[in-house]
Amino acid sequence: MSLLSIFDIAGSALTAQSQRMNVAASNLANADSAVGPDGKPYRARQVVFQVNPPAGQPLGQEIGGVKVAGVVEDPTPMKQIYDPNNPMANAQGYVTMPNVNPVAETVNMLSASRSYQADVEVLNTAKTLMAKTLTIGQ
Amino acid sequence: MIDRLSQDFGFLQQAIALREQRQEVLSSNIANADTPDYKARDFDFKTAMTNAMDQRMKLSDTNLTLTSPRHIPGKAAMPSDIDMMYRLPYQPSIDGNTVDMDMERVQFADNTMHYESSLQLLSIDMKTIQQAIQES
Repeated sequence: MSLLSIFDIAGSALTAQSQRMNVAASNLANADSAVGPDGKPYRARQVVFQVNPPAGQPLGQEIGGVKVAGVVEDPTPMKQIYDPNNPMANAQGYVTMPNVNPVAETVNMLSASRSYQADVEVLNTAKTLMAKTLTIGQ
Repeated sequence: MIDRLSQDFGFLQQAIALREQRQEVLSSNIANADTPDYKARDFDFKTAMTNAMDQRMKLSDTNLTLTSPRHIPGKAAMPSDIDMMYRLPYQPSIDGNTVDMDMERVQFADNTMHYESSLQLLSIDMKTIQQAIQES
């Protein structure tokens, strides 16, 4: 039944988008975390989305939900801030700060929430259609 | 008599099934709106419906009979009614994704309306037949 698989598809997108929002929130929250659990400054993270087609579909016609293939660390160089009084400062007086770009993260967050809303709408429409299908002939 | 009834319902049933399938394709597009390199898919409802109704051209799937496990399995599958195509993006994006959210939402709403109207027609058809049965 295809309408039921719409639930799977939209549901997987909800999970993926909320994970993306989680990562963006973590990045924003740690924008100034000079020390992480490993003693190094926090590195921004990004989620990687991937299509997740269910098995058994004809080749080249796969449709399906989305999954988070992984969370990768942002390779951009860390920020250097001149703050000689900071205990983390090096010999030259510079502190290595996280490479989080707050503007990009905010945009990411907005984009994720819009996509989330669109998926919720898809889910609601599918639900309404199913309910209507159940009332055929009444 | 009964086969005529089922023939009458068959058309709408096919239409609803195809609408349902298109709904799934469109929801997959919306779900993958942020997936890099995802190409938006869709199919032409009219063509799919014509293919589905044209049963004369259809042959069933054929498999080679295997009498030994070392035989190479052969299969001749008929192409499905649905000819899945790729959407042409108006505004290409840098990550290779071709989902245009506005377009997908519009198509989704359009498909929803068509699905509902097919359901309505089927309901009306059933009511008419029910009335004809009960009339005595």
